[in-house]
Amino acid sequence: MCLAMPARVVETGPADQAVVELDGVKKEISLALVDGVEVGDYVIVHVGYALQKLDIDEAEKTLALFAEMATQS
Amino acid sequence: MKFIDEYRDGDLAQGIAAAIRQEARPGREYRLMEFCGGHTHAISRYGLTDLLPPNVRMIHGPGCPVCVLPIGRIDQAIRLAREHDAIVCTYADCLRVPASDHLSLLKAKALGGKIRMVYSTADALRIARENPDRQVVFLAIGFETTTPPTAVAVKLARAEGLKNFSILCNHVLTPAAMHAILAGGVAIDGFVGPAHVSTVIGSKPYEVFASDYKKPVVIAGFEPLDVMQAILMLVRQVNDGRAEIENEFTRAVTREGNLKAQVLVNEVFEFRDSFEWRGLGSVPHSALQLRRATMADFSEFDAEARFGVEYMPVADNKACECAAILRGQKRPEECAIFGTVCTPENPIGSCMVSSEGACAAHYTYGRFRSAN
Ligand code: SF4
Repeated sequence: MCLAMPARVVETGPADQAVVELDGVKKEISLALVDGVEVGDYVIVHVGYALQKLDIDEAEKTLALFAEMATQS
Repeated sequence: MKFIDEYRDGDLAQGIAAAIRQEARPGREYRLMEFCGGHTHAISRYGLTDLLPPNVRMIHGPGCPVCVLPIGRIDQAIRLAREHDAIVCTYADCLRVPASDHLSLLKAKALGGKIRMVYSTADALRIARENPDRQVVFLAIGFETTTPPTAVAVKLARAEGLKNFSILCNHVLTPAAMHAILAGGVAIDGFVGPAHVSTVIGSKPYEVFASDYKKPVVIAGFEPLDVMQAILMLVRQVNDGRAEIENEFTRAVTREGNLKAQVLVNEVFEFRDSFEWRGLGSVPHSALQLRRATMADFSEFDAEARFGVEYMPVADNKACECAAILRGQKRPEECAIFGTVCTPENPIGSCMVSSEGACAAHYTYGRFRSAN
């Protein structure tokens, strides 16, 4: 139930409605819990609601950190 | 898949594993609890324990919403369907949880109960709109991630004047459960903190575990590299004698969390004085109920009050070790009926039902490995 994944917003509509795409599959979700999400943003979707917008800069930084950790040893 | 595949890179995982092996001191044990069932699932699915040295031990926590729900709570939902003729809407995970009298929601459905599986609270509202002459109850379960969606639904029901919609509220709170775990005296050196719960509540509510309990917490994403990195960060904290809140999941978690969601939850819900958890027993202020204040009274949406279905505690199956597993005191393979009488096809305890449950995750991905 808690297994949620980052999905890309491909469409926004009235009443906080949006469509996200994950691996080619489209799904209708609600943006009622997040502000300022636009088409193209990545959001973490859980039980049909976006819980948080993904911070792309932070996502890249974390990946860089993994690479650093993995090569130190 | 962007922001998923990169966090599953096998070579990087080996590299981080090598760093953990190098830094974990041979003379000591590192007992780390992953609170959340999503992490339990990831650890089992990707075989992460195989990458860790034997002195770094992962202990499963109680962060699986279906697992911690006591039998009596499922009984209430079944009673609503069978005795009050309500349409009960539930997330899929709850359907197969064993209840009293050899029932489950799925079996109650086979016996004619109106049980509907929903993907989101929006589906439950739709069912209520489509069935104006029936009572529709949403079985609201879960930690801080599922609570805001329930709050949205309750507010919409109020705005639309939906008189046939109510919720059976079982929303529970992560920090309260962490307190209960630590008070229970299980020996742990630190926590891998929840991913999605923390997107909502932020990292701030964990600070007390560092300051008062001297336990490090590293919030981690659900992908395998996230978990490995968090373990490395915990090993380092333990080595340095530090107890800090660190955040590996900065791409989605801030210190403050999702304020919009927090405000909504606060508007609709208040603390229950006490709530009984499977495994942890009654824990004060560990769950929510609909707010009853005069200025903001949402109690009309409370199914327990509307139908007079009280919670009645029921003992677990005698053979089942779920309670000890949820407290971090036992492992799935220490249950005498694990994998024989109790399987995902025929679960005896709740930990074998959801893919986030320790027994189910271990059965599906891990049992052959640990048998060797
Ligand atoms: S194997 Fe089944 S009965 Fe045993 S602890 Fe796990 S869920 Fe409970």
